[in-house]
Amino acid sequence: MDNTRFRQQAVFMRSSLFDEGFLDEQFIQLEELQDDVNPNFVEEIVTLFYSDSVRFVYNIERALMSNPPNFTKLDDHMHQFKGSCSSIGAKKVKEECRRFREYCAAENLEGCLRSFQQIKIEYTTLKKKLESYFK
Amino acid sequence: MDNGCFSSSRHDAFPAGLRVLVVDDDPTWLRILEKMLKKCLYEVTTCCLAIEALKKLRERKDAYDIVISDVNMPDMDGFKLLEQVGLEMDLPVIMMSVDGETSRVMKGVQHGACDYLLKPIRMKELRNIWQHVFRKRMHEARDFESHDGFEGIHLMRNGSDPSDDGNLFAVEEISSMKKRKDADNKHDDKEFGDHSPTKKARVVWSVDLHQKFVKAVNQIGFDKVGPKKILDLMNVPWLTRENVASHLQKYRLYLSRLQKENDQKSSSCGTKHSDSPSKDPGSFSFLNTTNKQQNDVTIDIFGYSDGTLLLQMDAPSHAGDMKEIVSEPTTEKRRASTNDIPDPKIQKSSKMSLNQPFASVESSETNQAVFDCTIPTQYSWSEFPKGPLKEEQKTLVQLEGSFSQFPLHGKKHHIQVDQSQSIGSINSNPSVTEEEVDASLETKPLYAYQSDYVSPVSSIGSAVDTFPNQSKSLMVNDQSSEPIFTSNLGLKTQGFNLDCISDLDFYQRNLLLGGGAASAPLEEDLNFFLLHGECYNMNFGLQNIDMSEYYDPRLHFYDSADYSSVDQGLFIA
Repeated sequence: MDNTRFRQQAVFMRSSLFDEGFLDEQFIQLEELQDDVNPNFVEEIVTLFYSDSVRFVYNIERALMSNPPNFTKLDDHMHQFKGSCSSIGAKKVKEECRRFREYCAAENLEGCLRSFQQIKIEYTTLKKKLESYFK
Repeated sequence: MDNGCFSSSRHDAFPAGLRVLVVDDDPTWLRILEKMLKKCLYEVTTCCLAIEALKKLRERKDAYDIVISDVNMPDMDGFKLLEQVGLEMDLPVIMMSVDGETSRVMKGVQHGACDYLLKPIRMKELRNIWQHVFRKRMHEARDFESHDGFEGIHLMRNGSDPSDDGNLFAVEEISSMKKRKDADNKHDDKEFGDHSPTKKARVVWSVDLHQKFVKAVNQIGFDKVGPKKILDLMNVPWLTRENVASHLQKYRLYLSRLQKENDQKSSSCGTKHSDSPSKDPGSFSFLNTTNKQQNDVTIDIFGYSDGTLLLQMDAPSHAGDMKEIVSEPTTEKRRASTNDIPDPKIQKSSKMSLNQPFASVESSETNQAVFDCTIPTQYSWSEFPKGPLKEEQKTLVQLEGSFSQFPLHGKKHHIQVDQSQSIGSINSNPSVTEEEVDASLETKPLYAYQSDYVSPVSSIGSAVDTFPNQSKSLMVNDQSSEPIFTSNLGLKTQGFNLDCISDLDFYQRNLLLGGGAASAPLEEDLNFFLLHGECYNMNFGLQNIDMSEYYDPRLHFYDSADYSSVDQGLFIA
């Protein structure tokens, strides 16, 4: 019974993640890749994503702090981060990344900073949700 | 390596077993792709660095069937990697990126990508990548067929030279890489033999076979190289002339591509052949290729082909020095110069002398350009008498007499310049030889050549126009004597090379026809040269000249040259 409940919860969480736009089709792809050979494939990938993200976020923050701001570099870092997000299907984070890049292109530092804050928020939210989902 | 293995497994469950190399700096994606590809029953190898990927590819040319690479990578631009792989290994490459902007995709296509995938990548997209491998094989098979036709044309051109060297195709695969590549291709082709439209059975150009091929080409002399001669020399019973012809063509292409790469690599030359079709520039690539990798070695080959060209770029360093231009118009001379090639010393003389002036040209690349241009004029000489090399060498030597036998070790790019034409033989003598080249007397004419060259060249064709500029620059650059002579051919402008080559060919043809010289091979040779800086071993069919001899010294040089990309192995001489 408990199991069923957990499973139901998981299912519910999962659909909400999709419905709320936190995750997209890529996540499903990952799930499809999961098999007996790699039973925890999705979790593996998500964990990899976390560690990569830490690196990217750090780079971006540093770049944001530099004076004068190097928008090209910022864009590069963000591009990498965006790529990483797309790997697990982190939809909202990716969206925010795109916005960030727009600000970058416009060389709008203020906008970049704001956007980045938003990115971090989305990222943390997603992370929390996924963690509980995997549990 | 063996495609054979692959093929067998592939046959069973094609496209299962396709060997894929994935390059991406993002570990998350690397893992995902690996998993996806494994699910498609492909064999996956992953790398997160482009350099590492290149290393893996070079270690075993035929170890992979297709490469998937990300566009943005820290150590190397994805497009660059794409180019390299395409040139060196001729493997289909798929690019991927989060960014799907049209301009990026366009860039990918321009650099030769087979496909451009957008991240996130779906598994179904990966499932179909085998089509690129298959398609490539089919094209190659078709190329083979077209080779024959091509050859025919050359033969006609060569006219006087009875050798059916199809100089054009006498591209020996100097580089083992090419060989392997071809071998792979061939292997693969074999696999698809049934599927491919060609009726010919694909020959599997194994490494050994290719080595034989290269050796034969070198022996014959780039100049005179032709499928039949190669075939005879190789002494492989089951091999047909057509096989050799197409292989030769590929080899040439390869050389030209290498040359381009060299150019790219050799910053000195800076000539990057931008997507110049390796085929056509043939001649040009010759120059360029030599620069880079073989620089020297390859250039030598040129010289022979028509005699006029004798680009004996022995040492990559010659960049630009070479110019063997045997001012003497006699074809013999040219031959001699070509002959020189076989003899290191001889070459020197011929080359050296010319080199002097060319030294300035140094930009081997540019030289090449010039060189190429000159070739057309040279044509007249292409009528190398097939006479014994030695004789010619002597003459050359005499001519060059003044040349202090430069220690050709360097690599002389002997560009036989027709006296009359004053083909600015762009001898890009290796920097080393520069001094020796002081064969002042030669140099003078060389310079003259250069300028003269320019003029005739221009008349010849628009392409030539480009050359003159190049040549001029070459002269100047020569100092740098970049080893990348071959790359220099490249004309600083990538596109240039191609033009040059084509022009050269054009010229050559004209000249040949006009002069009745069978310098047709020149073009081919050029092609060869261009194709691979590395592979220069190809003896361009020096007519009558024994490239083999020539080669060796050159080869040595070559080795010394830093072919960044070229594997020494390519040399296979």
